[in-house]
Amino acid sequence: MIEGARWKKWIWFYMPLGAFIVGLLFPFYWMVITTLRPDGELYRPWNHPQYSPFWTWNPTLDHVKSLLQETLFNQWMWNTMLIAMVATLISLFCGVIAGYALARLRFRWAGLLGTAIFVTYLVPQTLLFIPLAEIIRDYRIGDTPWALILTYPTFLIPFCTWLMMGYFKAIPKELEECARIDGAARWQAMVYIILPIAVPGILSAGIFAFTLSWNEFIYALVFLSSPEQKTVPVGVTSELIRGDVFFWGSLMAGALIGSIPVAIVYSFFVEHYVAGMTGSVKG
Amino acid sequence: MAKVLLRDLNKKFDATHVVKDVNLEIHDHEFVVLVGPSGCGKTTTLRMVAGLEDITSGEISIDGRVVNDLAPMDRDIAMVFQNYALYPHMSVYQNMSFGLRMRKFEKPEIDKRVREAAEILGIQPLLERRPRQLSGGQRQRVALGRAIVRNPRVFLFDEPLSNLDAALRVQMRVELKRLHDRLETTAIYVTHDQVEAMTLGDRVVVMKDGVIQQQGAPLELYERPANRFVAGFIGSPAMNFVGVTLEWTDHALWARAPGVRVQVPAHKAEVLRQHSGKRVTLGVRPEALRIANGAEAPGSTFEATVDVVEPLGSEILLNVRAGESAIVARVDPATRVNPHESVRLAFDPAKVHFFDAATEASL
Repeated sequence: MIEGARWKKWIWFYMPLGAFIVGLLFPFYWMVITTLRPDGELYRPWNHPQYSPFWTWNPTLDHVKSLLQETLFNQWMWNTMLIAMVATLISLFCGVIAGYALARLRFRWAGLLGTAIFVTYLVPQTLLFIPLAEIIRDYRIGDTPWALILTYPTFLIPFCTWLMMGYFKAIPKELEECARIDGAARWQAMVYIILPIAVPGILSAGIFAFTLSWNEFIYALVFLSSPEQKTVPVGVTSELIRGDVFFWGSLMAGALIGSIPVAIVYSFFVEHYVAGMTGSVKG
Repeated sequence: MAKVLLRDLNKKFDATHVVKDVNLEIHDHEFVVLVGPSGCGKTTTLRMVAGLEDITSGEISIDGRVVNDLAPMDRDIAMVFQNYALYPHMSVYQNMSFGLRMRKFEKPEIDKRVREAAEILGIQPLLERRPRQLSGGQRQRVALGRAIVRNPRVFLFDEPLSNLDAALRVQMRVELKRLHDRLETTAIYVTHDQVEAMTLGDRVVVMKDGVIQQQGAPLELYERPANRFVAGFIGSPAMNFVGVTLEWTDHALWARAPGVRVQVPAHKAEVLRQHSGKRVTLGVRPEALRIANGAEAPGSTFEATVDVVEPLGSEILLNVRAGESAIVARVDPATRVNPHESVRLAFDPAKVHFFDAATEASL
């Protein structure tokens, strides 16, 4: 019977789990293997006798070198980092304050306003970039980091506001009332009591906002044009695909290195992040 | 040390009128308990005193100063919440000192007060712990400590014991009473538990549907309830109510219900005679009933059939049926009766209440 149970556990638990992990990690494996594979192997046709797409015996760092030396990849990394950080900070600041107001202050149209903010989040970027392009042009900030720093909050603020609103609502309002009776003004109650408790939520919102800005493609593609202003996703795809020639090795190297900062951010805050998603405040 | 005055206090949430013309004077050092079923407006009243709810109309003053438009922090009050509302990211010490830090007290003074309060409550060993590391009773003590370090003019308690288990609640009730005797701070305490109200309050205010039904010393409410609601709410098990018709025959007033006929005691008869022929509600507490021993006056006993016997050790609760009415009697623990047996119950004529059937006011 116990043997049977173990057998069942393999079928119903370990094998699906294994398939899931393989499915999730395979793209990363593919990026790594393509980055390290020499060009000669990369462009070998499938019916070649030594065709082995999943492994290489001749790893090389040529693609990484060419990425770092022949393109402006370092500049792109720096641009992306700067834009993502500033846009995240702006959005987090606005999102925390707006989320608090919507969750706590009783004012007319609070519910409606909350819904309206959410609806703006639902407007697709593929639609919104057209009017935004006009505005960018009018203010003459096209082809500068400001074009993205100021437009990313259009989808980051609604996102942060909603996430924070939910989080603030989960914090018992008695905590704040007690603080106000204890002698704190409303803003002091927020700064000393609510914000410290909301740190996991703020971190989650920040990580999400950072990832969204880091990966953002369409605004970056439209609003930036000179190579030295580009972000990683746009830079890699526009400079390493020339006409119909794909520099697969360098493309994958760019994608791989470009995903490292996000991975670091995630792993660094993972505990808080999970706490933020489950959204519990234990008294 | 303060006197709190509520005058014509009203509160409306949109269309719902939750507190209606409440007038209440709370004296210095007094411990007043607001009690009533949920939704009776007691908590809203307390929150208005705290400044957490706006006042729709009326006036609240503390020590003669109208506080209607004063922020909670400026009213010099302290409040203990039902869920304790301890700040989860702070240690017990930080929790207790928060109010003093906000009010810019000197460090040594803060330290002195926190340690004094901790000693009174017996929580000195817990000062460095976080709220999540404490048991329910300990959290309750910390919440109390946070209130007393401030040395406020008024304590407000919002059902502070209802999250504790039964044994702990009894213990904390005694501690609260001892604490109040020691600190002598004016206190307003909200609860739905009439036992807490009776044991803690110098004065008990019974509320229902936003209206004060009666206020007075605990025993006064118990012995002379102003209406049927108060009579039924105070006392456990609750008072028995029987709808009766009054009849004047044989130079005496009789109360009749199907299967029951008892004589109205002489001291009540004079007042009630004018209601002769009408329906009124008779109320008698379970503890005013006993098994008849044959020596009673003929009009003060009635026949009943035992339905359920609940032996509690110190007493026995008899659920009986008399005619169409279900009645609970609290009888001597030595009594031996079985379900479906017939018993004759006697009542103490001095402890019978009558209420108007329509207005429910005491007659």
